[in-house]
Amino acid sequence: MTNHDRPLSPHLSVYRWPVTMVTSILHRATGIAMAVGFFVLVAWLFDAASGPEVYAVFLGAANSLIGKLLLIGWSWAFFYHLSNGIRHLVWDSGRGFEKSQATFSAWFVIIGSLVLTAAFWGIAL
Amino acid sequence: MAEFRLPKNSRIKKGKHFDAANGSSNTKTFAVYRWDPSTGENPRVDTYEVDMDNCGPMVLDALIKIKNEIDPTLTFRRSCREGICGSCAMNIDGGNTLACTRDIKDVRGDVKIYPLPHMNVVKDLVPDLTNFYAQYASIKPWLQSRTPPPPDRERLQSKEDQELINEPSACILCACCSTSCPSYWWNSDRYLGPAALLAAYRWLVDTRDDATGERLDELEDPFRLYRCHTIMNCTQTCPKGLNPAQAIAETKKMLAERKY
Repeated sequence: MTNHDRPLSPHLSVYRWPVTMVTSILHRATGIAMAVGFFVLVAWLFDAASGPEVYAVFLGAANSLIGKLLLIGWSWAFFYHLSNGIRHLVWDSGRGFEKSQATFSAWFVIIGSLVLTAAFWGIAL
Repeated sequence: MAEFRLPKNSRIKKGKHFDAANGSSNTKTFAVYRWDPSTGENPRVDTYEVDMDNCGPMVLDALIKIKNEIDPTLTFRRSCREGICGSCAMNIDGGNTLACTRDIKDVRGDVKIYPLPHMNVVKDLVPDLTNFYAQYASIKPWLQSRTPPPPDRERLQSKEDQELINEPSACILCACCSTSCPSYWWNSDRYLGPAALLAAYRWLVDTRDDATGERLDELEDPFRLYRCHTIMNCTQTCPKGLNPAQAIAETKKMLAERKY
């Protein structure tokens, strides 16, 4: 008996996210964010090479509140993607797969990336 | 492509409420996913108030009590009631597990019960596992040997060799892991999923098996194996405490090592 009108059982809306699932989707999200950020990086270099008037426009945008928030966001995306990338590298060697280890490394990467971002802006400013 | 929203016929409507507390002060509410193929209506969530003074300790005990005493139309699979058959796998309190080994006391608030996620529902808590079993069959879960066994005895293994397959062969194929995996949700038509890959690994490391090369050839595919992105939901949810994520990582290592 085949019933083609069978419903699909709920998934994202009912599943309780373990922290390891959060780190996984954040890895993808930060990767995409950085791909977008590369356009800004190119704009920065392009404007710097185009003379002081053009560069002043870029600086004005970067120093606005939204500009600063975006730059902090991109720097966090970088540090997160880097730290979690190292975590994936360790996994590729077959280590760190116990539940306790994976949960610990997830929190370690989340907190570590925030600390690195704070330290980066502490030094930069 | 990942489809995050449920299709129109799958969106959940509000259901009925059954008060079966019988005046007891010790009650627990069970919110259970229902879908009846004979009505053509959308799925709904019915809530049952159950008298916990007269109920066994596990979620399966409550489901059986509901079916026996409150609502005989409630449909679910169950058999051994001791965590070895894998029949009563379902999504309880946001995680996939076996109803028979899940203690009601460990669930805070209402006990929310859904079928295994992102599966076609046959009725209520019964998902269609046809594709899941076909994927298991596709990894050829049997011994492939090029040599005849010794004439006077079985193919003996050393203790160390046996220990390699001890854990992966403890899988009961309940499908909790595969249906917890977002990669499997979006790509179950091409990605084998953690359960089938754990089974594949069990034969890859079996020292009596001679088809390791062919088995690896079959797995070397951007979808069949490499849709695993180490999300770890499989290992986090396995009711038997097994580690499919590690088995998949070891399989990826075997593929990398034979190449370089």
